[in-house]
Amino acid sequence: MNSVVKVPRTDTIRTHETPEGIRLELRLAGLIVRACAWTIDMLIRFVLYGVISFIFTYFGGVGTAVMLIMFFLIEWFYPVIFEIHSGATPGKKAMGLVVIHDNGTPVSFSSSVIRNLLRAADFLPFMYAAGILSVLMSRDFQRLGDLAAGTLVVYRDKELERIKLPDAAIVRPSLELSVEEQSEIIRFAERCPQLSVERQAELATQLSYVTGKQGTAAVQELLGYAAWLTRGRG
Amino acid sequence: MKQEAFEDRYQSIWDQLDEQLSDLEKFRLRRASKDELPTNLPQLYRQVCNHYALARARRYSPLLVEQLHRLVLRGHQQLYTRRGGWFWRFLSFVAVEFPRSLRRNLSYFWVALALFLVPGLLLGSLCMLDDNLIYSVMSDAEVAKMEEMYRPDNNRPGRTIERSADSDFAMFGFYIFNNIGIGFRTFAMGILAGVGTVFTLFYNGLVIGGVAGYLSSLGYYETFWPFVSGHSALELTAIVICGAAGLMLGRGVIAPGRYRRLDAIRLQAGLAVPLVMGAGLMLLAAAFIEAFWSASDLPNMIKYLFGILMWVLMTLYFIYAGRGDDGTR
Repeated sequence: MNSVVKVPRTDTIRTHETPEGIRLELRLAGLIVRACAWTIDMLIRFVLYGVISFIFTYFGGVGTAVMLIMFFLIEWFYPVIFEIHSGATPGKKAMGLVVIHDNGTPVSFSSSVIRNLLRAADFLPFMYAAGILSVLMSRDFQRLGDLAAGTLVVYRDKELERIKLPDAAIVRPSLELSVEEQSEIIRFAERCPQLSVERQAELATQLSYVTGKQGTAAVQELLGYAAWLTRGRG
Repeated sequence: MKQEAFEDRYQSIWDQLDEQLSDLEKFRLRRASKDELPTNLPQLYRQVCNHYALARARRYSPLLVEQLHRLVLRGHQQLYTRRGGWFWRFLSFVAVEFPRSLRRNLSYFWVALALFLVPGLLLGSLCMLDDNLIYSVMSDAEVAKMEEMYRPDNNRPGRTIERSADSDFAMFGFYIFNNIGIGFRTFAMGILAGVGTVFTLFYNGLVIGGVAGYLSSLGYYETFWPFVSGHSALELTAIVICGAAGLMLGRGVIAPGRYRRLDAIRLQAGLAVPLVMGAGLMLLAAAFIEAFWSASDLPNMIKYLFGILMWVLMTLYFIYAGRGDDGTR
């Protein structure tokens, strides 16, 4: 491979290397999507508060006790319960987010408690001003609670569908292709089913100096290369 | 090796790992396998790690690489996590870990105690001498409420007239909601370089000391002191412990020592969490005592004796609980 000077990327992917020498890639979630998740959670909590106070006012002193204890639990432990169970509160789940440690492991009880107790400090002086400031200033979009707990809020990856490459007659490429070029061609073949026929042709025509063909013929040619690259001579 | 041959050869391993992981990701009771971990999970995981590395190095299709990456990530999350035994962990936390971690961080506890006790004692004794001083830390309405709660003719001491009809249960809920919340906040404010915790401790010391001094100067001994004696040990100590935990957090911010500041904060927060959780449990017990014991109409002598007993037992607990034969303190 040719030596390219690696410039630190300014994207929102953080990597963590596991003991097996594998590099995990974690996609960080920013302020807006987290605020949306929080809003959903807050609405859910309001509904819970409403339902609980509606039910338990009919049960006298014991009812009041149960109600206040539930308020206490909802205020402090609502996120903890969901985070240790599945890594995300319903709001986060709806926005496709999940809380994890910065080493990629699922959030532990202790870390979840820290990040949610420190909500009280993040909230200061009003409406999460301290937390928002912290998210905007820290490299990994962490609020104070995340900093103290060593946690990240990242996107939960969607399920991938493995795509069968479209069938095509195997064609040996006329040129020697570099590994990057090979993987680009395979990627094109994988994306083909998602593209319209016209777009396929448009993209494939750009490589006409390699394939020597135009339009759908070029598409078939490239699919043939991809088949050769993945399946061999067959 | 060509990609399709690679896939054909190893697909069964990937499916097997995927199946095991999907099962482990389910809620404990709904899992098909009752084992903690399938015995060949680590082996499968390492194999797939290897396949992932190969797929990357050989520039197989991005989709295949991505799929293997998902498997590796899920495997990593299942393999490197802690699981099970929560009841046993809870017991050993109360019996061993909590008193131990307090002893290990005793210096923070003494500082927090001083921050709480000194202003309390000072303002308390001054309030006994000067009836008007209390108004400099509390509003008229708050003072009036305190007076009402502990007036000798109040047959439910510790409650305002409007709350006197509330049952003990209702007050139990209220104390949990209010007091444990205060404890948690005292800790959380420590992230603001410790300033928030220092302020909270100092302020609570002033108010509690001031109220005690003021009510004593009014001669409400018979109602105030017996009421607070029972839960005082657990409640006051727990607030100071929360303060100590907050100071630990603040220490990480102000004086990280040899660590990076972020690492220091993280380390200190991890060490402080057992203290906060333990203090939360103490406040829970205190709320129970305050609601059901302190408000009862038992003779004052019994309440005092109980109060002293609680202080002695709690002190013994923190000194001796969790000291191992192996010399751990």
